[in-house]
Amino acid sequence: MFYRASLYVALAIFALGLAYKVFTWFTYRIGADAAGISAAARVGAALQGMVRTLFSGKIVTLLRAFFLDAILQVKAYREDRLRWLMHTLIFFGFMLLLLFHALEKYVSVPLFAEYQPTVNPFIFLRDLFGAMVIVGVGIAIYRRFFLKLSHLRTNSQDQYAIAILAVIMLSGILLHGAKIGSYTRYEEMVQEYAMNADEEDLKGLEAYWVEYYGTVSPKAKGPFDAATIERGKLIHEMSCLQCHSRPQSAVLSYGTALLMRPVALALDRAHVPTILWYVHFLACFIGLAYLPFSRMFHIFATPVSLMANAVMEKKTSAPANIATRQVMELDACTHCGTCSARCSVGVVFETIPNLNILPSEKIGSLKALAAGKELSPQQLKTILQGMYLCTNCYRCTVACPSGINLQDLWFSARETLLARGYPEFLVLSPFSYYRGLATEGLNGARYAKASEIARDGILAGVNVAVVRDLSSPLALGDSALKSKLEASFQAQTFSQCYRCMTCSNACPVVRNYRTPQATLGLLPHQIMHAVGLRLWDLVFSAGMLWDCLGCYQCQEQCPQSVHVADVLYELKSVAIARAREKVSAETGVKV
Amino acid sequence: MKFALQRCCVTSVFLKQYEAATDAVLAKLGIELEEVREFNCCGYPLKNYDFTACALSSARNLALAEKRSLNILTLCNCCYGNLKHIAHVLKDNASLKKEIDTTLAKEDLTYTGAVAPKHLFEVLYHDVGLDTIKQKMVKTYRNLKVAVHYGCHLLRPKDVVQFDNPFAPSIFDQLVGITGATSVPWSTKLECCGAPLWGVNDELSLDLTEKKLADAKQAGADYVCVICPFCQLQFDRVQRILLSRRTSAAAIPSLVYTQLLGLSLGLDEESLGLGMNELPAETIHQFLGTPEEAQAAAPVHG
Repeated sequence: MFYRASLYVALAIFALGLAYKVFTWFTYRIGADAAGISAAARVGAALQGMVRTLFSGKIVTLLRAFFLDAILQVKAYREDRLRWLMHTLIFFGFMLLLLFHALEKYVSVPLFAEYQPTVNPFIFLRDLFGAMVIVGVGIAIYRRFFLKLSHLRTNSQDQYAIAILAVIMLSGILLHGAKIGSYTRYEEMVQEYAMNADEEDLKGLEAYWVEYYGTVSPKAKGPFDAATIERGKLIHEMSCLQCHSRPQSAVLSYGTALLMRPVALALDRAHVPTILWYVHFLACFIGLAYLPFSRMFHIFATPVSLMANAVMEKKTSAPANIATRQVMELDACTHCGTCSARCSVGVVFETIPNLNILPSEKIGSLKALAAGKELSPQQLKTILQGMYLCTNCYRCTVACPSGINLQDLWFSARETLLARGYPEFLVLSPFSYYRGLATEGLNGARYAKASEIARDGILAGVNVAVVRDLSSPLALGDSALKSKLEASFQAQTFSQCYRCMTCSNACPVVRNYRTPQATLGLLPHQIMHAVGLRLWDLVFSAGMLWDCLGCYQCQEQCPQSVHVADVLYELKSVAIARAREKVSAETGVKV
Repeated sequence: MKFALQRCCVTSVFLKQYEAATDAVLAKLGIELEEVREFNCCGYPLKNYDFTACALSSARNLALAEKRSLNILTLCNCCYGNLKHIAHVLKDNASLKKEIDTTLAKEDLTYTGAVAPKHLFEVLYHDVGLDTIKQKMVKTYRNLKVAVHYGCHLLRPKDVVQFDNPFAPSIFDQLVGITGATSVPWSTKLECCGAPLWGVNDELSLDLTEKKLADAKQAGADYVCVICPFCQLQFDRVQRILLSRRTSAAAIPSLVYTQLLGLSLGLDEESLGLGMNELPAETIHQFLGTPEEAQAAAPVHG
């Protein structure tokens, strides 16, 4: 009764959860492109797309993606053999247990005429499948907690996934082990199947089961004489053998039974087998009910994502379907860390400790964004920095075993975050090249705005009034900064400048303007000079810093060996640091 | 001759033809390569932002190469320039070196300076040699005029890269010369392509690109020829955008050097990805002939 009730509750929660998840696929939004498309339009487009795909030649592509990528995990095999082995053991072990053990009534019984869970090969196979999952979970624990891979982060969802599998499997094995030794269980069976046997027969049967089946009896203890065993064997063959192979075939469970043997009687009296049974099925039902909300949901979302990505293309697919796919992809992520291991800039996390640099962690932030969670400006800025610190090399996308188009996710999210108007100084670096290449597909005004906002953000670290009103007396600035630059290997040569203007004459950017100073603020030679005079407001408000190509013409031609370009590079980092400090001092928000 | 190959982040998706052509040419010339999966971005884009992060990126790749006792072969000028720059800085800067070493040690990596970054052109010019390349050629160009674009980080700053004379370089010109093509003189030859500002200040970036391309055209060049992926993206993809926005701009197609060389090595158009260039490059075939034909043809350009 309790079993049935809890099963139905679990199934109901599972079904509702599933429906809710699919609902979010059509209602959550990532990126500006998704903003204008209604949920109804997305459902319509999805149905249309699915029908069209099914009736086109793409069905073969779909099947390939399903079997090779989803079931056999070919991509994971290429990336990391150990992880592939782990997944394969868990996936196949668990699926086979689900079908032939949990759903035996619907699968094993109709399929095999001779099916009994306690005869060979079934008793052996069930144990084997359980062992597969346990080894798989063992590998998972080893990878996450002992291997210490810097790119592999472990969050509470990963811990839950490991824990729920471990509890289900271990309780199953312990239950089987306890049942092998259980005398209560033995007596129940005798009651049911050997009612007519006389006392001597039962004595023999008990001896036989203690000897060969691992039963731990409070009365009968070996060694037994041959005649008793012989007598027991006859009864056994008549009443038990048909349904019971020797439990030694279930290697793991039998081993467990042997270990429990010294305390088997006490365990039996304490109803431990019954308790283990409750633990086992309740763990299964909790796993089932919570599945749609846990990382385990990937068993549905990942195959769908793999198949969708196999037949969809950015250029030809309906924007409504891309919007839906991108939300679904967040559920397809298994947090396996393959993307972060392959990330071109993952190493930077060592010096800029923003978790959002790592692709596997970006997904977590994207989930929060897509769900419309209220995030603080600080959080949003951190996410934006992580999203922008990306060379767009596509290695994460190519490597992802779940077939997620990570690069497109970053791009969509990046544009939405930029639209919120926070200054991201990385916009002023070559990380923007990719955005430039995509300019034709972007909203022109919004595209240009990001750079302006970043430049304005830099000016936050500057006293602009001083720069605008040159009639006010120039005050010498912070001398500590000058000492710092004098000590910096990148910038120290500025003091060798004797203002011959060769650098400014050599600069292709300066030469591009008729009145360069109006556009660029200070020219390179003036910047060198202004650093010497500690005119920091002038230096850091100079547009020249951000319009510098880093082409090194200035540096190459300098007769005084001033490393002009390197000085400018150093000044850029200082300008960014100053702007950050100023903003955080004023608003309490760290940029 | 074996190298650890450092690919550039922008080539795998945006410039597939670059990878195709370069891989084909390197294979043809028998240069052995090891693809190091653990290599990360060289750190070049971080130079504007955080120098330590930039230095760590290059240092890690150098350390990974050192672990394999291989020099790094770079194709991209920016990767080359940055790796060289960081190798140079780490030689003299003990405090930065110490900081980097601590981080590298977490992965059991060390960089002592035992290996060096090498640019594809250094390998072609110094290690393979012009004569060897010439021997493998089956076709040469006739009457083809090329505007050779070196790219900044191959030449400057000279005390760091030490590749060629930064004011009057000749290695790239010689490499073009052996294919039979003529390298034309043009006044903005050694200037920046404009790529570092694309996405940051597009108008300025386009100004610089437009000026260079107009200059190449005026010098009578049929093609621009580059080696750096950023320069190629700028002269091909961004040029297409330039042409759509500024109608007065002059159009001139750009080839990656390995595409130009590949054709004369007898590699077919498809394996060099010629069709993937945004500005059509088909006319290049009109200039190709066997060496005998080339000799027979009278020089048209005097």
